[in-house]
Amino acid sequence: MKPILRIASVLALFFAAPFAAEAHKAWLLPSSTVLSGKDDLAVTIDAAASNDLFYFDHRPLQLDSLVVTAPDGAKVAAENASTGKYRSTFDVPLKAPGTYRVALVMENLLARYKEDGKEKRWRGKAENLAREIPAAATDLVVTQSSRRIETYVTAGNPDDAALKPAGTGLEIAPVTHPNDLVEKSEAQFKLLLDGKPASGVKVEIVRGGIRYRNQLGDTTVTTGDDGVFKYAWPEPGMYWLEASVADDKTTVKEAKERRASYAVTLEVLPE
Amino acid sequence: MRILLSFGLTGLVAAPALAGDMEISIEIPKLDVAEYHKPYLAVWLEGPDQKVAANLVVWYDVANPKQEGDKWLKDLRQWWRRAGRSLKVPADGLTSATRAPGGHAVSIAADSAPLKDLAPGTYDLVVEAAREVGGREVLRIPIAWPLAEGTALNAKGEHELGAVAVKVKP
Repeated sequence: MKPILRIASVLALFFAAPFAAEAHKAWLLPSSTVLSGKDDLAVTIDAAASNDLFYFDHRPLQLDSLVVTAPDGAKVAAENASTGKYRSTFDVPLKAPGTYRVALVMENLLARYKEDGKEKRWRGKAENLAREIPAAATDLVVTQSSRRIETYVTAGNPDDAALKPAGTGLEIAPVTHPNDLVEKSEAQFKLLLDGKPASGVKVEIVRGGIRYRNQLGDTTVTTGDDGVFKYAWPEPGMYWLEASVADDKTTVKEAKERRASYAVTLEVLPE
Repeated sequence: MRILLSFGLTGLVAAPALAGDMEISIEIPKLDVAEYHKPYLAVWLEGPDQKVAANLVVWYDVANPKQEGDKWLKDLRQWWRRAGRSLKVPADGLTSATRAPGGHAVSIAADSAPLKDLAPGTYDLVVEAAREVGGREVLRIPIAWPLAEGTALNAKGEHELGAVAVKVKP
């Protein structure tokens, strides 16, 4: 995209929505997604937001909303978590064989208001809204934001207990197992919004390694009526997929608009 | 005339007992590299739907001092995805130690576990080798089961595998 067009579109986004869809790509990057062996298995995962995938050169993601689901459905605590200048990093021990779901699940409210004639912004949890917005605030506009950034890791044989949809916000219910992806093979996923198929939603797909090529090489696919989208990976590598939806289905009465976004990192292996 | 006749007759009799023992010979190439590790290797029979019909050979670091040899089985990517990840290793009669460069012959009896119940048909004999700090190579040899008398099929790898042959033991 020509630089001038790009700037124009970013500006348009900025003015159209008080909190424009995060301009940077937020992602998790696991050290592996397919592991074999019995003992002492683990993965290390990076969490960062950046323009170019998967280079951690902009800002880290906070880990307070990290949720790791083990193959038996139980939650796993991350280990050795740290947040540096450009990325957060944590380890996930894989004590049992099966598929693990690793996600940052962020439910926030975004508010815009005027105080003493000045435009102010606030971001926080629903329970703090009443307390933290000053009583004298006017023109209050509240938006509900739901974000999920995730990846999947399998030790041994893949299974799907951890793939069970959470039922809120945007997420995928895999048709093809996310750790079973091979170049040239078509994979299918179902996009869900609050547990129901999300139809007609655009999903952006980008392969990592942008720094070393001249074209972004991104693709957009649209989900069908059943929420399903398909893609045949042209090459092996780490891929990032993102989708977002805006509607008025809020669960907090002060919010007029709900924005749900989803990003997932999937590893595609060579044949 | 007599030979033709007997061939015709054997063609009519569908009996697995006619299948001879399968002999697979695999050449592991000698490579001139600074850090050499004996490759992990798997051999299996695959049906047209890419389903594994028989696991035949798995060579990996069984005797790894920290019992960590199975950590790299996933590097046999195709085998891992199609069969390895649902197998329990080590497995008697299937897994054994890695082999050094040179020729190796593996004999699998027609009445042994992986072959005795194998349905007649066409399969791919697949050989996959992966070497630590090295590459990975997959060779496929289409075979017809049961193996006809005098079967001798060959393939040759370029990097991690040398000559691979499948024969019927008379």
